Amino acid sequence: MAAVEIKNLTKNFDIEGHAVTALSNVSLTIEKGDIFGVIGMSGAGKSTLVRSINFLEKPTDGSVYIEGVDLGTLSERELRRMRSRIGMIFQNFNLLEQKNVIDNVCFPLEINGTKRKEAKKRALELLGLVKLEDKAKAYPSQLSGGQKQRVAIARALATDPQLLLCDEATSALDPQTTGSILELIREINEKLGITVVIITHQMSVVTDICKKVAIIDNGRLVEEGLVEEIFSAPKSDAARELLSGKKVSYKPLEKLEEGRRIRIVFRENSAYEPVIANLILKLQIPINILKAETQNVGGKAVGEMILGLPDNSNQQEDIILELKNAGLTVTEVHENE
Amino acid sequence: MNENVIAMLISGIGETLYMTLGSVIIGYIIGLPLGILLYVSGKNGLRPCMPLYRALDFICNIIRSIPFLILLILLIPFTRLLVGQSYGSTATIVPLVVCAAPYIARVVEASLTDVDAGVIEAAKAMGASNMQIICKVLLVEAKTSLITGFTITTGLLLGYSAMSGTVGGGGLGDIAVRYGYYRWQTDIMVITVILLIIIFQIIQTAGMKISKKLDHRKR
Repeated sequence: MAAVEIKNLTKNFDIEGHAVTALSNVSLTIEKGDIFGVIGMSGAGKSTLVRSINFLEKPTDGSVYIEGVDLGTLSERELRRMRSRIGMIFQNFNLLEQKNVIDNVCFPLEINGTKRKEAKKRALELLGLVKLEDKAKAYPSQLSGGQKQRVAIARALATDPQLLLCDEATSALDPQTTGSILELIREINEKLGITVVIITHQMSVVTDICKKVAIIDNGRLVEEGLVEEIFSAPKSDAARELLSGKKVSYKPLEKLEEGRRIRIVFRENSAYEPVIANLILKLQIPINILKAETQNVGGKAVGEMILGLPDNSNQQEDIILELKNAGLTVTEVHENE
Repeated sequence: MNENVIAMLISGIGETLYMTLGSVIIGYIIGLPLGILLYVSGKNGLRPCMPLYRALDFICNIIRSIPFLILLILLIPFTRLLVGQSYGSTATIVPLVVCAAPYIARVVEASLTDVDAGVIEAAKAMGASNMQIICKVLLVEAKTSLITGFTITTGLLLGYSAMSGTVGGGGLGDIAVRYGYYRWQTDIMVITVILLIIIFQIIQTAGMKISKKLDHRKR
């Protein structure tokens, strides 16, 4: 049974009498134990999507199943009980500022009626897990952003959830802290087997930690699949834009014209071979490297390069053939300005 | 100054404190739930209900737009019905409460509105009920702002209780009017004013100190 199943989800908001569609006919399946990324530009509808998973936003149309249970059929009380078994963390941490760290972690347990003593014991365990035992008595205002998010994670785990929703959980953090929070999320996923849904606008977060990703653009699901596949051969414009950080499109190769550029992606074995050097030596054609980068995609080193090709179309063909023979993914780059 | 005057001033202080605290306590018993209701039923509240909100909003605005002195006179029949007489400090508590409750409701509503929406969302995501959100999130997170509001309200009621002296309400205001205004005993009036200033300062300083002490947001 899937951890989360979203079927034909549509959400309209009524803003001053106008219906605004935030999500349109989105269907997604998130398997148990996955770390699933949902990525999109701001305003794409991804926050609405994650809020639909625990029904903080009730869909206009369509349904959400958590471990086979249709949330739409639950009473208010049953829904609250369901929510207490889904952990959630936020961009702004949303800790109770007037409660200290341990009371914040105890809070969901207080809500579901756990005895104070038991709750405290559990909270201390969780603070150990997020390595903040020494801050139990501190107040949120005395903590750094990364520490606050660790407290929020401990709080989200207090009720032993099977699902953890992360809404832009690292967007307010610096890159180094982001790394350590993602590491913690990965650890939680592995150790406790909790399914994780990560909403983000940062491709690096997805490539760093997610196994699968869904790309949301303008309220629609435009692409879904394994992170590795989408990284090396993005099909949608939104995916390309998120990968490059600007409006470019990688089109399937047709006939190359003057001044054309191609994007190649190295994976695993090919990343260790001097492919470009071999190519230049063999064909005796100068190649302009416009961009080169290595990224960690799902634990594997993946290289990305943008090459400028010579004008001669025969030479272009030769180069592309050689690259493909070396096992690389080749796509054409267009700048849409 | 003779002993009679001193005894009168002491009992005046007692009456003033009795009226102020009595009205602020009863005012909060009515105003606090009313303020919570305003917040909860409001547009961005936990359970928006515009007809209820508009009705409460209207009543609060009407009462608050009536000057206190007029309210004091208007309510005389009601006060007589409730307390049996329309003068004296117990009777004064009635119009003070009527005046304070909608004011308190507004102050409470404003304090609750200031609570970070994200924290409320987090509590909802944990499965908290609206009642739990009110008791365990809103009132806790708005604690310091509520105490500040309480202090300001108490100060206001202290001033209003003195004003009620003009219609025989008792307390320091009554003394100031009777001796200072009708008998031209400026010295007694000055003393009552100084006493009112001292009481006001004590309330204000203590309230702000407590509010600051309980605030964990910034150290």
